[in-house]
Amino acid sequence: MSIKAVNIKYIYNEGTPAAVTALDGISLEAERGEWVSVVGHTGSGKSTLAQHLNLLLTPSSGTVSIDGARVAPGSREARDARRKVGLVFQYPESQFFAETVREEIAFAPSNWGVGGAALDACVAEAASSAGLSPSMLGSNPFSLSGGERRRAAIASVLSMKPDYLVLDEPTAGLDASGVRGLTATFKDLCSKGMAVIHVTHDMEIAMSMSDRIAVLERGVLAVSGTPERVAEYLSERPVKGLVMPPSVRFAQGLREKGVRVPLASRVSGIIEALEEARSRRGR
Amino acid sequence: MEQGPIFSIQGAEFSYKGASSPAVKNVDLSVASGEWVALLGINGSGKSTLAKMMNALLIPTRGACFVMGMDTSDPELAAAIRQNVALVFQNPDDQIVASIVEEDVAFGPENLGLPSETIRARVDRALRLTGLSEMRRRGSYSLSGGQKQRLALAGALAMEPEALILDESTSMLDPEGRASFLNCLRELNARGITIVQITHRMEEVAHASRIVVARSGEVAWDGSPDFFWEEKCAGFGFDIPQELELLRSLRDGGFVPAGTKPAVHDLLEALCL
Amino acid sequence: MKFSNGFSIGQFIPGESFVHSLDPRCRITGMFILLVLPFSAEKPLDFVPAVFCLYVISAASRIPFAKLLRSGRPVLFLIAFTAILNLFWTPGHEVARLGPLRITSEGINLAFCMSLRIYCLVMTAAVLMMTTSPMDFASGAERLMSPLALVKFPVSEIAMMMTIALRFIPTLFDESERIMKAQISRGADFESGGLIKRARAYIPILAPLFIQVFTRADSLATAMESRCYVPGAPRTRLNPLVWSARDTAAMACAVAFVVFSAVWNRYI
Repeated sequence: MSIKAVNIKYIYNEGTPAAVTALDGISLEAERGEWVSVVGHTGSGKSTLAQHLNLLLTPSSGTVSIDGARVAPGSREARDARRKVGLVFQYPESQFFAETVREEIAFAPSNWGVGGAALDACVAEAASSAGLSPSMLGSNPFSLSGGERRRAAIASVLSMKPDYLVLDEPTAGLDASGVRGLTATFKDLCSKGMAVIHVTHDMEIAMSMSDRIAVLERGVLAVSGTPERVAEYLSERPVKGLVMPPSVRFAQGLREKGVRVPLASRVSGIIEALEEARSRRGR
Repeated sequence: MEQGPIFSIQGAEFSYKGASSPAVKNVDLSVASGEWVALLGINGSGKSTLAKMMNALLIPTRGACFVMGMDTSDPELAAAIRQNVALVFQNPDDQIVASIVEEDVAFGPENLGLPSETIRARVDRALRLTGLSEMRRRGSYSLSGGQKQRLALAGALAMEPEALILDESTSMLDPEGRASFLNCLRELNARGITIVQITHRMEEVAHASRIVVARSGEVAWDGSPDFFWEEKCAGFGFDIPQELELLRSLRDGGFVPAGTKPAVHDLLEALCL
Repeated sequence: MKFSNGFSIGQFIPGESFVHSLDPRCRITGMFILLVLPFSAEKPLDFVPAVFCLYVISAASRIPFAKLLRSGRPVLFLIAFTAILNLFWTPGHEVARLGPLRITSEGINLAFCMSLRIYCLVMTAAVLMMTTSPMDFASGAERLMSPLALVKFPVSEIAMMMTIALRFIPTLFDESERIMKAQISRGADFESGGLIKRARAYIPILAPLFIQVFTRADSLATAMESRCYVPGAPRTRLNPLVWSARDTAAMACAVAFVVFSAVWNRYI
């Protein structure tokens, strides 16, 4: 079971002098239970790709299929298929309109006709998955702290019980503890079988959390694969606007010194490799 | 000549209307000319309130705040204070007033009633310092996030301030925009402009000469960055930057000597196997 | 990514022509003076000076005359409507009859003149909008209205409001698009149901938009205050309006056109 975008091409303002090709033949697949990061500089097309996965945009060419079924954007099926693909926009708390967190979270399921006890269960479950305490449901969304507000916004998407969760810079503007907490929440959802498609320019999170990473560069797929493969590729051919995390840069430096170490290792992995190298040299 | 401090906050307290507890309390802080102070704190620690106090946008409800010796509670001095202390906020879209880049930079000097030639000279200089000279006739709307924030910085510089207060000014930028913005700041600080940088991103405070930590409205720590990195960083609930994590692990493993700086380049240089 | 860069209010065409270089006060006043031409025309031939004048302006502003002609298209319906009204309901000398409707020679003349008058009016206004940026227009209007400040009319505040409004139109445009997409992805449905249901469906878009407008206004006010803005206080300008010899010359030309057309209308 997967969501699959094949050969997506998208041109903004198509047919006008202001036409801009935002995506040029991008393919991406995410299985349920998998964490796929889409990274790229501002203007690389990563947010545009995210909107295609949710069928908000109609590609100039290419297809999107969900669980094996091809869905035409704009069709009646698209609206139902959209329910399987939750999309969390950047700064999602700016979409709040309701007076209580509960109403905000209930918006999506009630749009698909869920009501009564089922709706209450939906709301409670979404709130707890997003890490919101039940006592917050009755409060005004604007009275919450920045981190709680972000969680409420994420809960308002989780409440439609998506199988695929597309996140566009979900941790932007949060402080370190907020980022750490949310990332753990997403990992948890992922291990429960949800696909997480994480659109970001934070290479540190992408490197440490992802099963696979896709790197976009000006609307073209530069490279995709495991963090290790992507780190190998980017150390040969850096992409403008993407900064490798210190651990990767350090590992690159170690390789130049003749220490064998995977580029995408964590700090603990680097220390292990160094210890091994030391014992080998000591012998 | 002995120069007095740019900012001198003395026992300041501030409560928002209707709030049960003060947002800032018992703050004593003195900032000397030419310093680069990183003001750290988690959301809700009172650091933005402090920033607005330093620009006379908020007046302490108890205690006092002096900017270059001028009391912020004197409304007559507000204009003089704001000329000398310019603020750059978090969201560039919320501080750009005009549709054309150069017209926006001119907004502040225009408010000061300066003659056109002076305004033009200031606008030229501010655009040059922020690297926006070539975009002066562009629509402010068409700039990227990083460029917009540099435009907001240019607008602040056109006031020819002695000090800049940056209230989370890089938090909405991408890595590229953030790097170019911080480069500008480094240049300005080298020219003698005092910088008070409010942030929660550890990796941005590398250039600060001093670190102040705000916690629940109070100054919880104040001292040199080196000591902060070594001892205090994790204690206040801040994330340890990966460089520092690397440094600590390498040092504990005996791979680098004590006193190595937490930068990838320095770590590799000091590495002994 | 920003792709709405092409979005602009009015149809300003940047340029370096003679008309573009004029002081906005001159352009605005000039337009009002030249409106006399179509309004004083009473027979078809009287429009010759008006059309000729528009032709001269289009050349002097390097805006193709054809483009100027097309600018009247949005009001064609209005023109047709007034023409028909005038054609059938003007009393006078009957020349034809269509069932109960009488067409008079006076009606034909009036319908023709009325149509041309509206068309010229729109074209004259279009020339102004095509050669004047919104910012220029705001500062020109501010200066022209400045005598009103004597009677406590907040001229400079209104000009500042116009400036800020112009600056925020594209931003709000982006924002509403983003909110709309976000609510659609949460299953919002704007297409089905009756009028009331559909109107209610817009609440999740309008409410966040209003909240954002107000928070933005608040932040912007703080930012303006920190940049020493004081409402109503005298301000200077980076680009002050300078009335030059060419502006005086252009005004003289406009007046000359009016005199010429008065003579033309009387003797031809």
